[in-house]
Amino acid sequence: MKSLLVYLKDYKKESILAPIFKMLEASFELIVPLVMAAVIDVGIKNEDGPYIVKMCLILILLGIVGLMSSVTAQYFAAKAATGFGTKVRHVLFKRIQEFTFSQTDRFGTDTLITRMTSDVNQVQNGVNMTLRLFLRSPFVVFGAMFMAFSVDFKAALIFVVTIPVLAIVVFGIMLITIPLYKKVQANLDKIMTGTRENLTGARVIRAFGKEKDEERTFLANNEALDTAQRFVGRISGLMNPLTYILINLGTVAIIYQGAVRINLGILTSGQVIALLNYMSQILVELIKLANLIIQITKAAACGDRIEDVLKEKPNMKDGNIENVSVDNSDVAVEFDNVSLRYEENAGCALENISFVAKKGQTIGIIGGTGSGKSSLVNLIPRFYDASEGQVKVYGNDVREYKARGLRDSIGIVLQKAELFKGTIADNLRWGKEDGTPEDMDKALEISQAKEYVSNKPGQTEYGIEQNGRNLSGGQKQRLTIARAIMKDPEILILDDSASALDFATDAKLRMAIRSMKDSLTTFIVSQRAASVQYADMILVLDEGKLVGKGTHDQLMKDNEIYQEIYYSQFPKEEANDEQ
Amino acid sequence: MMSNNQKNNSSQNRNKNNNQRETLKKVFKYIGKYKFYLYASLVLAVITVVLTLYVPKLTGEAVDYMIGKGKVDFKGVYKIITTILVSISITGVAQWLMNLCNNKMTYHVVRDIRNDAFKKIETLPFKYIDSHPYGEIESRVIADADQFADGLLMGFTQLFTGVITILGTLCFMLSVNPIITLVVVAITPLSFFVAGFISKRTFSMFKKQSEIRGVQTGIINEMIEGQKVVKAFNRKDIVIADFDEVNEELQKVSLRATFFSSLTNPSTRFINSLVYTSVGIAGAFAAISGRLTVGSLSSFLSYANQYTKPFNEISGVVTELQNAIACAARVFELIEEDSEIPDKADAVEPEKFEGHVELNDIDFSYVPEQRLIENFNLKVKPGQNVAIVGPTGCGKTTLINLLMRFYDVTAGHISIDGIKIKDMTRHSLRNGYGMVLQETWLKSGTIRENITMGNPDISEEEMIKIAKICHIDTFIKRLPDGYDSYVSENGEDFSQGQRQLLCIARVMMSKPSMLILDEATSSIDTRTELKIQEAFDKLMEGRTSFIVAHRLSTIRNADIILVMKDGHIIEKGNHKALMEAKGFYYNLYQSQFMGRSI
Repeated sequence: MKSLLVYLKDYKKESILAPIFKMLEASFELIVPLVMAAVIDVGIKNEDGPYIVKMCLILILLGIVGLMSSVTAQYFAAKAATGFGTKVRHVLFKRIQEFTFSQTDRFGTDTLITRMTSDVNQVQNGVNMTLRLFLRSPFVVFGAMFMAFSVDFKAALIFVVTIPVLAIVVFGIMLITIPLYKKVQANLDKIMTGTRENLTGARVIRAFGKEKDEERTFLANNEALDTAQRFVGRISGLMNPLTYILINLGTVAIIYQGAVRINLGILTSGQVIALLNYMSQILVELIKLANLIIQITKAAACGDRIEDVLKEKPNMKDGNIENVSVDNSDVAVEFDNVSLRYEENAGCALENISFVAKKGQTIGIIGGTGSGKSSLVNLIPRFYDASEGQVKVYGNDVREYKARGLRDSIGIVLQKAELFKGTIADNLRWGKEDGTPEDMDKALEISQAKEYVSNKPGQTEYGIEQNGRNLSGGQKQRLTIARAIMKDPEILILDDSASALDFATDAKLRMAIRSMKDSLTTFIVSQRAASVQYADMILVLDEGKLVGKGTHDQLMKDNEIYQEIYYSQFPKEEANDEQ
Repeated sequence: MMSNNQKNNSSQNRNKNNNQRETLKKVFKYIGKYKFYLYASLVLAVITVVLTLYVPKLTGEAVDYMIGKGKVDFKGVYKIITTILVSISITGVAQWLMNLCNNKMTYHVVRDIRNDAFKKIETLPFKYIDSHPYGEIESRVIADADQFADGLLMGFTQLFTGVITILGTLCFMLSVNPIITLVVVAITPLSFFVAGFISKRTFSMFKKQSEIRGVQTGIINEMIEGQKVVKAFNRKDIVIADFDEVNEELQKVSLRATFFSSLTNPSTRFINSLVYTSVGIAGAFAAISGRLTVGSLSSFLSYANQYTKPFNEISGVVTELQNAIACAARVFELIEEDSEIPDKADAVEPEKFEGHVELNDIDFSYVPEQRLIENFNLKVKPGQNVAIVGPTGCGKTTLINLLMRFYDVTAGHISIDGIKIKDMTRHSLRNGYGMVLQETWLKSGTIRENITMGNPDISEEEMIKIAKICHIDTFIKRLPDGYDSYVSENGEDFSQGQRQLLCIARVMMSKPSMLILDEATSSIDTRTELKIQEAFDKLMEGRTSFIVAHRLSTIRNADIILVMKDGHIIEKGNHKALMEAKGFYYNLYQSQFMGRSI
C-alpha cells in the first residue's frame, strides 16, 4: 500500500490541508459545550440577556466557520482522492500494457480487470475517507478528553477510564467479527456456486435425475449460511447495547462527581452540563473511527493487490535492430532447438523444435489440441521468449530486434478473433493507420470478407460492438485476417483462424493469400488436414514435440501421426476413391 | 395529449403502489412463521427507545438537584443515579434481545426464501432457463435476497425505531416546555430539505460517473483481453492515450460527484448546530424568566441533538426500503414462475427400456409464431443408431430436447416401448437415456463424484476399466489426488477435450438403456475422437442411440441417417443409400473435401 502513496505527490497541498481543515472544524465543535456552559453559568445566573445573545451569535459563528472549513476540507480530500485514483489507473493500465504475456497469464485477465476497476475505486474511497476522518475522529475523542481536563481534572479522569474501555469493546467486537464475516462470505459463495451450477447444468442434473440430491446439498449449505450469519449477528449485536451502557456509566459517574464537586463549590452546573456533552460526543466518533479502520484495512488490501501488479516489472528487454530487413537472408524464420516453458518449474510446452522456413514459403502446422501449435507461432513475434534455443527472423535472433520493428513486419491472426468497439474501418486501420479505402478493399477481398461487409449497412462504416458481438464467428475471423493483411506484412501467421469458415471459403482464402507478394512467408496453423495439405512444409506437433516435418506426400508415406490425423478426417475408402 | 400522459403516469404509479403492496403481503407471509420474533422485536424497540429518551430527562433532573456550593440534594441525586442505572441495564438487555430477534427473523426469512427459490430452479421448465441469462437468475437468489435482508428487515426496524424516537422526543420535549419544542420542530425540516436538495443534485452526477466508469471498464476489458492484438499491431501508445482521455474525464466527474455528495454531513451538522443554538437561546431566556430549570435546559439540549438524527436516517431508510421491496419482488417473481407440468398421478416408472422409440405426427415450436417442427414421424427399432444431420437451426438439438422431455411437444406424441412419454415419470424417462452434450458440464466435487454420478455404486475396477476405455485414466492418474482430485466449478483446470471425455465416461458408467450424443465430439480433435470412437461403438452396441454431429465422418456407420432442414426430414437412409441418391446429404458430405482439390 505504501508505495502507492507516491501517486498522492501531485496533491501534497490538498492531502495536508484537508485533514487540517477537518481538525479545525472539529475544534470548533469542541468549543460549543464550553460556550453553552458560559451561557448557563454567566448568562442565566446573572440574568444577562445581551450576554446570552452574544454567546449564541458566537455559536452561530462557530457553526458557519465550521461549515466553511469542513466544505474546504471535503473539496481538498475529494480532489486529492480522485486525482490519486486517476493517476493509479493510468500507471496501472500502462504497466499492464507493457507486460509480457507470461506476466499477463500469471495474473489472469480477470484479475487484472478487477484490480483496475473495483480495487482502484476502493483505494480511492479509502484515501478520501482517510483524509476526511482519520484525524478528525481521534481528534474529537481526545479533544473531548482534553477539554474535560480544562474544566476539571478529577472529573476528567472518568474520561481517561471510559475511552480505553469503549475502544476495547468497539475494536474487540470488530476484530472478532471480521474473520467470522469472511466465513459467512465463504458460505455465501458456496450457495452461489450451487445456484449457478444448477442453472448451467440443468440438463445434465435432470438427465441423471439428481434434483433431490442437489436440493439436499443446497438446503444444507443454506442452513450453514444461516447459522454462520446468526452467530456473527449475536456477537455484533452486542456492540450497541454494550457501548450504550458504558457511555451511560460514564454519565452516571459524571453526575456523581458533579454532585460532589458542585457541593464543594469547585464546579458549576454549566460545567457539569458541558462534561456530559463531551461524553456523548465521544461515542459517535469512536464508532465512526472503528468503521473507518475497517474501510481502510479493506482499501489497504486492495492497495496491496494493486501494488503486486505494479511490482511486476516488464521483463522483456528490447534489442537494438530497428527493422526487419527482408534482403538480409533467404531464411525467413528459423527455430534452432527451441524449448518453451511458460513457468519456470512447469513442463515444456515446446521441446527441442528445429526447422527452417524459407522466404516465400507456406508452412503448415498441424496437431491435436494442446500439442503446442499456438505456442510455436507465438514465439515468432516474440510474444514469449524461448526458454532454450533461438528463434531467428531474417537472420537475427528475435531478441536482437526492437519489438516494435519486429512486430511491424509480422501479421498474426490469433485463434480468438478479437475485435474492438468502433467501425469496421477503425478496426482495419489498426493494421495501417493511414490505410486508404483501396487498401481496405483489397484486404477485405483477400480475406473473403468483402461480400458480407458490402452487405452491412454503411459497409466499412458499420459499427462493431464490444468484442465484435454483432458479427458471427466466421465474420469476425475474416475481419481479423483482413486487419493483419492491412499491415502488408512480410510474415503472415494464421493461428487456427479460419476454423469457423466452411471448407470452400477456407480454400479460397488460402488461394488469395498465395496470390499476395512472392516474398510473403505464411504460417498456417490448423486442425484440419485439408488446410495444410498443400503447404511447402508441414510441421506435425504432438505434445510439444515436433514429430514430423515435410510435405504432405512425404508425411503420408512415413509419418504415423500425420496419417492418423489425415485418416480421422478423410476415411480411407474416401481418400482412395479420389486417388 | 398532456392529460393523457398524466393519466398514464398516475395509473402507472397506482400499479407500482399495488405491486409494492402485493410484495409486502408476500413478505409478511414469510415472516408469519416468525411472528413471535417480530412482535417481540417491536415491543423491545418501544422499551429501548422510551428508556433511552428517559435518561436525558433524568440527567436534567439530577442537574437541578445540584443547585450550588453546599446545596446539593444528594438524596435526590442518588435516587436518580439508581434510576438511571436500572434503566440503562434494561435498555442494554432489551436492545440486545431486539437485535437477536431481528437477526433470527431476518436470516430465517431469507433462508426460507432462498430455499424456495432454489427448489423452483430445480423444477423450472427449460423454456424459462434457456431464455433467461443464468447470471440474472443467480443474482435473484443471491444478491437480491441479500439486499432484501439488509434493506427491508433492517430498514423496517430502523424506520420503526426512528418514528418512535421522533414521537417520543416530541412527547418528552412537550412535557418539559412546549414553546421551545415549537422552535425545534420549526427548524428541523431545514435539515431534511438540505439533505434532499444535495442528494437530488448529486444523483445525476453519480449517474454520469457510473456511465463513464462503464465506458472505461469497457476499454479496460477490451484492451486487456485483446492485449496480444494490441502488441501485434504496436498500438500500445494509442491505446494508452485513448484510455487517458476517458480517465481524465472520469477524474473531473468523480471530483464533482465526490465533493458534492460529501457536503451532506457538514450541512446537516450546521443545521443541527442552528437547532442547538436556538434551543440554547430560547431555553436561556426561559430560564431567566423562571419558566425552565437549568437541568431541563440540559435535557433539551441533548434532545435537540438527537431529534434531527432519525430524520436524516429515515430519508435514507425510505429509499432503501423501496429498493428492498424491488429486490424482494424480483425473488418472488422467480419463485412464482410456473414449474414444469408435474408428472401424471398414475405415471408409470419403467426401470429398463428395450429402445423402441416412436415419434408420431409431432409439432413443436419454441414461440407460437415460428413453427419449427411439423408433422414429424419416426420409428426406431431397438438397438438402431439414428444420426441426425443438417444445417444450423434445422431442429437437431430441438429433437433431443423433445426426446428427453426438456420441452413438451405441441401436438402428436412420443412413445418408448409403446408407452407415451407423457404417461411415465420424467425421472424414469431421463434415466433411460445417457446423454452427452456439446457443452460440457462438470459439477464442483471430486472426479470420482463426477464420473460416477449416474451410478454411484459402481465398483472401483469397473470405474477404472471404463476410464481407460475413455482415455481419461492416464491424465487422472497424473493428478495429485488421482480420482479424488477436486474439479473446480466447470472443470476449468481441464482442457475442453478432457472435460468432454469425462462427460463421456460419466454416461458410460451409468449404463443407460438408450443414448443421446449431441455434438459430443466436436471439441475433441479428430485423432483423439477416432480413438474413443471404439468406446462409443461399444457403448452404442445394442442400444438405441441418437447422434447429432456436424463432422459427417463420425456418423457414417449409423443405421438411419436423418437429414433435417427447417424442421422436416428431407432425406432418410443409411450412408450408402444417401450417397447414391446424390441429394442434400451427398452435397453436404462432399463439401468437406472441397478444400482438398485446391
